Amino acid sequence: MAAHILPKRVYYTIFAILMFCTYLTVQIAFFDLGRLNAIAALAIAAFKATIVILFFMHVKYSTRLTWAVVLGSIFWFGILVALTMGDYLTRSWRMFG
Amino acid sequence: MSPEAAHHPHVPGLAHHFDSLEQQTEATTLGMWVFLVTEVLFFGGLFMVYTVYRTLYPEAFAAASHTLDITLGTINTAVLITSSLTMALAVHAAQLGQRKLIMIFLIATMALGSVFLGIKGVEYYSKFVEHHVPGASFHFEEPQLAAHAQIFFSLYFLMTGLHALHMIIGFGIMLFMLGWTWKGTITAEYYSPIEIAGLYWHFVDIVWIFLFPLLYLLGGRGH
Repeated sequence: MAAHILPKRVYYTIFAILMFCTYLTVQIAFFDLGRLNAIAALAIAAFKATIVILFFMHVKYSTRLTWAVVLGSIFWFGILVALTMGDYLTRSWRMFG
Repeated sequence: MSPEAAHHPHVPGLAHHFDSLEQQTEATTLGMWVFLVTEVLFFGGLFMVYTVYRTLYPEAFAAASHTLDITLGTINTAVLITSSLTMALAVHAAQLGQRKLIMIFLIATMALGSVFLGIKGVEYYSKFVEHHVPGASFHFEEPQLAAHAQIFFSLYFLMTGLHALHMIIGFGIMLFMLGWTWKGTITAEYYSPIEIAGLYWHFVDIVWIFLFPLLYLLGGRGH
């Protein structure tokens, strides 16, 4: 069977990085950084999710079709966020009010 | 299908409509990802609602978020990440056909999942005691923020509750996988059921990776 079998140390390394990122994101939450708090928290979460998808979920070694489906989910969620926030964030402009 | 293949139909675990186990594994992985896309958009709608309300009522969301127990939340995040590691190791063992190791790691994953749900139960209990559960008896320490804090707690219970439901379903999937491994259905050639179960479990982990900072870590907790 031509399964792409990763060495165990890959999983241990990813685990260690995930744990360190969790520690980091909790420490940051104790400071009041204004908008930077949300940006840092989401950036760390996105990084954690990415390494889980690439290594734990083996997408890095999957077919291009799987890549397209994975990226498609992010793209479609992006449409949801972009259009919805495009509405809510501009309501206070009241250009025609 | 070639004549030889037609005469050797009995590859364990290979369904008749696939040419080879490799093709079958690719197809099942792709199918699972298509399902996970629908899950991304399912949870995505809730994340969107959260984002809109947090943008509209930032003070109430920060105040409500600071009533959550950051220690329990952090422990639970660590527990769930560890369960993702044991799940990844279960898949690794399945790829090598190590039956006993698969079962050990599946049980470890279920045990860690139970710890997560137990801690979540403790957190829910304290929210009930504090009257932070939305509804008739809802009470918030800062009355001027109460109405909007209630929106935060509605989303908190809806999103963590839906996440917990996914974990309970994952628990059932693990039981099936444990049974199949016990019976010897899972082999180094036919390991894709464990791989697929792993994709589901890691997805549930990813949902929590985003829920944790959005619900618990709104910044300025040192005040």
